[in-house]
Amino acid sequence: MGSAPSLDEQAYVRAGATQTAVKILVVGHFAVGKTTFIRAISEIPPLSTEETMTRAGELFDDLKGVRGKTTTTVAMDFGRLTISERVVLYLFGTPGQQRFVQMWEDMARGALGALVLVDPERLADSFGVIDLIEQYGLDYAIAVNRFDGTRDREERALREALDLLDDTPVVPVDARDQRSSADALITLVRYLLDRAH
Amino acid sequence: MTDYDELGPGAADLVRPYVITKGRGLPDEKQLSLITLVTAAGDEQQRPTSLSPEEQNLLELCTAGYLSVAEIAGHTRLPMGVVKILLSALTERGYLITRPPVQRAPLTDRHILEEVLDGLRAKFG
Ligand SMILES: Nc1nc2c(ncn2[C@@H]2O[C@H](COP(=O)(O)OP(=O)(O)O)[C@@H](O)[C@H]2O)c(=O)[nH]1
Ligand SMILES: [Mg+2]
Repeated sequence: MGSAPSLDEQAYVRAGATQTAVKILVVGHFAVGKTTFIRAISEIPPLSTEETMTRAGELFDDLKGVRGKTTTTVAMDFGRLTISERVVLYLFGTPGQQRFVQMWEDMARGALGALVLVDPERLADSFGVIDLIEQYGLDYAIAVNRFDGTRDREERALREALDLLDDTPVVPVDARDQRSSADALITLVRYLLDRAH
Repeated sequence: MTDYDELGPGAADLVRPYVITKGRGLPDEKQLSLITLVTAAGDEQQRPTSLSPEEQNLLELCTAGYLSVAEIAGHTRLPMGVVKILLSALTERGYLITRPPVQRAPLTDRHILEEVLDGLRAKFG
């Protein structure tokens, strides 16, 4: 970086004296609507970090300055929502490639839970991400993003295809719509709260 | 350490993050998580000029309030690993205050989840 980016006041966390941060993951395959979802909920424009695969990967697998020589991928993007004077919530979105092991550990550690976005027309593309979420022991809910004009799929069939537990919530979502996205998030948090009792 | 001569053309580019971090390794993960909140400590006048430009930029960015480690990486476009190394070095030397996330525990989880649920309902309900 040349010089420090100067940020306006809203970019900073309104940190009360007891403010603490929590996070929820928003996962799903490429183009399933993660960034759109995060943008709908976040109070800041979504930010992202990139990871690069390089031969010096043992040193830093996210080396910068080698763009063009190796592939650079947006590894995660994230947004923020101030919940109260005490709690600020971060939403981390990732396509969940297994190869970003370090990043997954960073993201999953301490997460309250995960919202898994799925496209009912491409259910098989969600298997890998769900496997990862389960592997990290995170509780999750499924948000079904039907996009436009795709036919409805029976919830029972979807549950079967994804091999979900009976109590795993499945909610419809339009990631472009703030209210719809918030409803999906609320469903997840209510479920997490049930599980915590 | 890798011998950079072996890396062929473009090897100089690969050195840069290592130089930025002055050869320091990855910090203990417990100290800095993605959502650890960070802000500059004390007043700017007391900052020594011995800081690297990258360190000075980070401190400047953190002067106006709290940001999470992830946000600092996002705003600066520096790789996460590099940001963590620089931030933990600055913290060690007393230039930054860090506020780690609360430890997970059943009771805290419930309180926090209730608060998150209420907050979401109040904002979007
Ligand atoms: N019709 C429709 N389009 C959507 C919806 N969510 C996302 N999109 C579009 O799908 C594309 C991929 O979305 P994006 O959020 O970038 O997916 P990501 O790769 O999971 O982050 C974008 O062009 C979005 O505008 C949705 O709920 N309905
Ligand atoms: Mg995206």
